[in-house]
Amino acid sequence: MNVDWNNFTPWSALAGGALIGAAAALLLLLNGRIAGISGILGGLLKLPTGDTTWRAAFIGGLVIAPWLYGAVAALPLPRIDAGWVALAAAGLLVGIGTRYAAGCTSGHGVCGLSRLSPRSLAATLAFMAAGFVTVYLLRHLVGA
Amino acid sequence: MNAFIAVLAAAFAGLVFGLGLVVSGMANPAKVLAFLDLAGAWDPSLALVMAGAIGTALPAFAFARRRGCTVLGADLQLPAARHVDRRLIAGSLLFGIGWGLAGFCPGPALVAAGMAEPKALVFVLAMLAGMAVFELLERRRRSPGDPDA
Repeated sequence: MNVDWNNFTPWSALAGGALIGAAAALLLLLNGRIAGISGILGGLLKLPTGDTTWRAAFIGGLVIAPWLYGAVAALPLPRIDAGWVALAAAGLLVGIGTRYAAGCTSGHGVCGLSRLSPRSLAATLAFMAAGFVTVYLLRHLVGA
Repeated sequence: MNAFIAVLAAAFAGLVFGLGLVVSGMANPAKVLAFLDLAGAWDPSLALVMAGAIGTALPAFAFARRRGCTVLGADLQLPAARHVDRRLIAGSLLFGIGWGLAGFCPGPALVAAGMAEPKALVFVLAMLAGMAVFELLERRRRSPGDPDA
């Protein structure tokens, strides 16, 4: 294994992670809800629904976050290498997959592991493994 | 009043979550893919994001559970499902393939869409379409005769 020490950012990773954990704690302690992004977003597509407001408010906060950050400091811009077709295919897979799995990186990865849920551990191992294999195939077998 | 506080709290939690994604670098697909690329120049940052998040959330979740209700006195709505089944694993595998293709999972994609990145917007639209497909399939599966169930 070849660690890319130049791009490794341990402190900002830990600090950002702590913010994510604090947000999950806030949503549970104040709203009694699990901060799973796919579930909160997917629940907005459910009809009929009685709890649209808090879901929309959470997603609104998430979308506004980079604007607030950008008002105070230089906003790091994302680098998106995937092409348009790959992005559309990836979006479809992520949308369907996270709903069948009832969770994504936040719901299973952060909240589920914080609840010590074996089900979330299984989900996290499965999507991590699929992610590792997919990137390996794309970058090292199919060839870049 | 409590309902209003709950909505404000949800917006604030979303904001803090989004700031965490920006600060940690996880709103950048290139950095996520560098973590998933074990055989390349590996960037372990994502593992520390998870460690930071779980290290913070775990004691708070334990406290909430012991308390049994929210600060406002409402019920905790924790997932009831406990079993590992085919839906969980197949769904997670599909999700992981999509994650590896683009480097986006739902939270970071929404944050990058908030930056008005055209590619992130395309990903989010496709993700919403995928979620809508799930809702349609689920509705048909649950009750063929009753569209509202």
